[in-house]
Amino acid sequence: MATQAQNMGRQATAAPFAIELKGISKAFGPVQANKDINFAVPKGTIHGIIGENGAGKSTLMSILYGFYKADSGQIFINGQLTAIPDSQSAIRAGIGMVFQHFKLVQNFTVLENIILGAEDGALLNTSLSKARRVLRELAQEYELDVDPDALVEDLSVGHQQRVEILKALYRQADILILDEPTGVLTPDEADHLFRILKGLKDQGKTVILITHKLREIMEATDNVSVMRRGTMVATVKTAGTSPEALAELMVGRKVLLEVDKGTPNPGKVVLSVENLAVRDEHGVERLKGISLEIRAGEILGIAGVAGNGQSELLAALGGMMRASGRVTLNGANLPLSGAGSDGQSRRAAGIAHVPEDRHHHGLILDFSAWENMAFGYHNAPQYQKNALFMDNDALIADTEHKMAEYDVRPPIPSLAAKSFSGGNQQKIVVAREMERNPDLLLIGQPTRGVDIGAIEFIHKQIIALRDAGKAILLVSVELDEILSLSDRIAVMFDGRIMGLRDPAHTNERELGLLMAGVDAAPGGGAV
Amino acid sequence: MDRLPRWADVALVPLISLLFAAVISALVLLAIGQSPVEAFKVMATGAVGSAYGWGYTLYYATSFIFTGLAVTVAFHAGLFNIGGEGQAQLGGLGVALVCLSLPWPHWTLALVAATLGAAAFGAAWAAIPAYLQAKRGSHIVITTIMFNYIAAALLVYLLVDVLRPAGQMDPASARFPVGAKLPALNDIPGFDLIFTKPVPANVTLFVALGMAVMVWAILWRTRLGYQIRAFGKSESAAKYAGINPVRITIIAMLLSGALAGMMSINNVMGEAERLLQNSSEGAGFIGIAVALMGRNHPIGVVLAALLFGFLYQGGAELGLWTSIPIEMRIVVQGLVILFTGALDVMVRMILQRIFGMFRSFKAVGAA
Amino acid sequence: MDYATLLQVLDTTLRLATPLLLACLAGLYSERAGIFDIGLEGKMLAAAMAAGAVAALTGSAWAGLLAGIGASLVFAALHGVASITFRGNQLISGVALNFLSSGITVLVAQALFRQGGRTPPLTGDARFNPITLPGADALRDIPVIGPLYHEVISGHSVLVYIAFLIVPLTWWVLFRTRFGLRLRAVGENPAAVDTAGVSVVALRFAAVGITGILCGLAGAYMATALQAGFGREMTAGRGYIALAALIFAKWRPVAAMWACLLFGFFQALALRPDVVQAVVQVKVPVPFLDALPYILTVLVLAGFVGKAIPPRAGGEPYVKER
Repeated sequence: MATQAQNMGRQATAAPFAIELKGISKAFGPVQANKDINFAVPKGTIHGIIGENGAGKSTLMSILYGFYKADSGQIFINGQLTAIPDSQSAIRAGIGMVFQHFKLVQNFTVLENIILGAEDGALLNTSLSKARRVLRELAQEYELDVDPDALVEDLSVGHQQRVEILKALYRQADILILDEPTGVLTPDEADHLFRILKGLKDQGKTVILITHKLREIMEATDNVSVMRRGTMVATVKTAGTSPEALAELMVGRKVLLEVDKGTPNPGKVVLSVENLAVRDEHGVERLKGISLEIRAGEILGIAGVAGNGQSELLAALGGMMRASGRVTLNGANLPLSGAGSDGQSRRAAGIAHVPEDRHHHGLILDFSAWENMAFGYHNAPQYQKNALFMDNDALIADTEHKMAEYDVRPPIPSLAAKSFSGGNQQKIVVAREMERNPDLLLIGQPTRGVDIGAIEFIHKQIIALRDAGKAILLVSVELDEILSLSDRIAVMFDGRIMGLRDPAHTNERELGLLMAGVDAAPGGGAV
Repeated sequence: MDRLPRWADVALVPLISLLFAAVISALVLLAIGQSPVEAFKVMATGAVGSAYGWGYTLYYATSFIFTGLAVTVAFHAGLFNIGGEGQAQLGGLGVALVCLSLPWPHWTLALVAATLGAAAFGAAWAAIPAYLQAKRGSHIVITTIMFNYIAAALLVYLLVDVLRPAGQMDPASARFPVGAKLPALNDIPGFDLIFTKPVPANVTLFVALGMAVMVWAILWRTRLGYQIRAFGKSESAAKYAGINPVRITIIAMLLSGALAGMMSINNVMGEAERLLQNSSEGAGFIGIAVALMGRNHPIGVVLAALLFGFLYQGGAELGLWTSIPIEMRIVVQGLVILFTGALDVMVRMILQRIFGMFRSFKAVGAA
Repeated sequence: MDYATLLQVLDTTLRLATPLLLACLAGLYSERAGIFDIGLEGKMLAAAMAAGAVAALTGSAWAGLLAGIGASLVFAALHGVASITFRGNQLISGVALNFLSSGITVLVAQALFRQGGRTPPLTGDARFNPITLPGADALRDIPVIGPLYHEVISGHSVLVYIAFLIVPLTWWVLFRTRFGLRLRAVGENPAAVDTAGVSVVALRFAAVGITGILCGLAGAYMATALQAGFGREMTAGRGYIALAALIFAKWRPVAAMWACLLFGFFQALALRPDVVQAVVQVKVPVPFLDALPYILTVLVLAGFVGKAIPPRAGGEPYVKER
């Protein structure tokens, strides 16, 4: 890998590297998050780092920003060997970082957030007026308009991200690292972000873009490094590669983008949703009248940028959120608020739910696997010994059975859920929900943070459930997953369904436009 | 860092915490010019050196089992109930009202009725903070502290202006009828062979032990307990599973308040035989230390309650026979809470170091 | 109630509000930095004992004050180590330290003076004595304002004036200085502070340290100004009332002053049930007046008197996360 870095160096003329890492390793307990990473970024370029979840991208960047200390290895900034024991040193070395989850104080103004940690002197007045001036200049230079006196909590996500970039620029960062910056942005906002990044590059700044989206890499970067399981497997010029080649490097083998599935055989309507609307606890309308139908033996995929109402759709149908409108399951009305609208009633009605977030919803991490196997079904008759007591022995036996069937490793029912890997945790949830033989399965982000082997297994289970004549509502932010599993695709934007497409007759471009709220084919949006 | 083996986590962590508390207590004694060894001897002789001493130790332990269980149940629901003291005092009011309401023919009837009264009043006092937490998001720690003070004020008012019989000087209720007198351990055939002198420990001890079994069964063997523990571990996941947060918060706090209230059958009915001001004497707070020390498990709670019973009786003996103030026991209590509840991470880190050293020794030995 | 009685009650109010105010501002620094502190009570008590003891031994109230601050700082440091360094449960740590203080103050006082856990009565320079403000005597004959100035405003110990000066000072520090900005930020989102290259641990320890100093002032005031010496449990729940006032004031310094004055007023009324009865024409039980601050706080917490939203990161130990 070192040779690659050297080759790149020769290509990028004699200018020193903005960043050069040599032999960086970092372990968390038994997990080797970074193994002997060698990597260089020429000055004034946009450099992509791509890899799957858990490939070690974020760990590497956190080392660069002084959040973690590397076990071994060296960091060179602009050719200088630099120690980065903390964020302060990283900032001093000219590194700025925009985290995936913003590090902003919600009830501070934009200005206060900008100067925090970079104040001039012990009193705030001078800092604030200087920041106001600098902000105006930066806004003109880079299309980074934000109201300096607005409270951060009142800003849109896209604007909050601008505040993060401004924070870095205010600290005179020459090297800007962005960690999965587009996960919460619409394609439009993402395009704006990429324009900003190009502007920064034109001013001689270096940008590192961490993402797992191939499209962004191809669109925005000059060079790209690929990480896989803690190692840096390749660094190539973006112009000289292809999405297919990068995908292969990422997973280490040819990727089957197509899932092997037969033609659907839809039966009667199982779920019918009319005019479903949801407000969150702040009274903001999150779902603005959704209508859809799912038939038996059919997978309806919901595509969309995160935060456009998909989570609320799952939550409302799964009994986690109050809603209005009309929902029927096999013709029977489901209450959407008050009595009979909770998760217990939904389960009793025949709805199973694999939630988007297994750590916060699907599992109790401190509970053992067998206790988790009853989670949500603790009232099920088969788990009761008598009117008073639960039948823990039956539950443990049941768990052993399901662990074997779903190949959960290690197959130890008494092990706490937190001790399993992400993939095996997800298998526990999937086993619990699918084995209830539901009429309707709600499944959100089925393979988030799950290793490749488990992804294939879970996809197969979803198809098998469909072929068994069940209705499935699939929500995923991974377009590939939606395209390969769904029998029909609905695209959500801003709490509405923008359009309904047949996966055989659509493509990423068309879906991407719908996800941005642009309906390219008028009339095609009828549901 | 390596994880601790389960047995070490369950047994060694509280023991090491206790050791820390003991060492610092000894240092405190040395600092005020007393001999820790001498003090311990006095405590041991007074608390467990005789059947008479055991009679007091068990009496205190009985109260602490109730309040420890009260804190435990709330803890499993993710709630920190500091209001055990107020709930116990209200429980005492319940006991007094029940005992004074009828000329009880037999103590068994009185015990059942008083237990229900104590539980009901304790639960009711916990219900308001529970409701405010569940429905209005008021922090239960602060509200239960406030309710302790409100309870104290309420009882002062009731004892001075309402319950005090005419002509009596001290603020207390009238004496309970003879039929409401609970048998002490020295009154029970079989036990009277051991406890030859009158002791305050009474049949309530068996009620307490029964409650420990019941709390265990509820928490680990019933759907309710499953839901309480799930809710306590993850509120968001509980919502996903359709566990009603309001219902669980209120039920858990009602159980907790009822248990705290029930300690009053031990002290008010079993010992004082009338309601006095500040009847619970801090036992509600000791419940916190007992629950933490007992790792929020009923078996641990019973053991920790015995330990604190020893500490309380021993501390009283110190006050009697030495010049060490009785407040020494509050110091120990504070230290135990500090080490088991707030510095548990530190204790675990120390143990992990030690275990790590052992492992590397073994590895060297094997090589 | 005549004007003279009102002035008497207000004078008492001011004296009783002072320890509440100092403890309340102490809590404000800690909680604004994201560290819950229900150990205000214990710190005050430790400070009262240390101040009472050292003032008795040296005959100097100022030496007592320093000792009080020192004792309070020791407890603050323990709370810091437990809740910042070892990321322990802040509520439990506070409870533990309150017990520790409750016991150890009596032990030490008893070991030093053998007077049943009290410190000897303080006289002369061992106490902070009342100060007559300039012009108080000259102006006392001006109707209405004169007596108010003379009876209520003037004639308190220096610690009372210090306490009320700390209110605008705290406001200024919190909202006009770099330290204040960082302090508020660390209580709202420590990750923002950390990624900005500022030490979360140092900031929080600084806040906890200020809490220690202010609780030290509060405790010293109790033993060397409000009363003449330390007695067991002499703070009598004032730390909790201060906490209540802090919530009532929604963690804002000027509002905290008004809340403490209100609660001090209740305490003053509880000393004068005759006045209360004369005003409301009904016999109000003294325990009800005692309980009023607590009842009011519960009403505030329940959201009946405006919603109290604590600092967002309050009570949560900071763990680095990406």
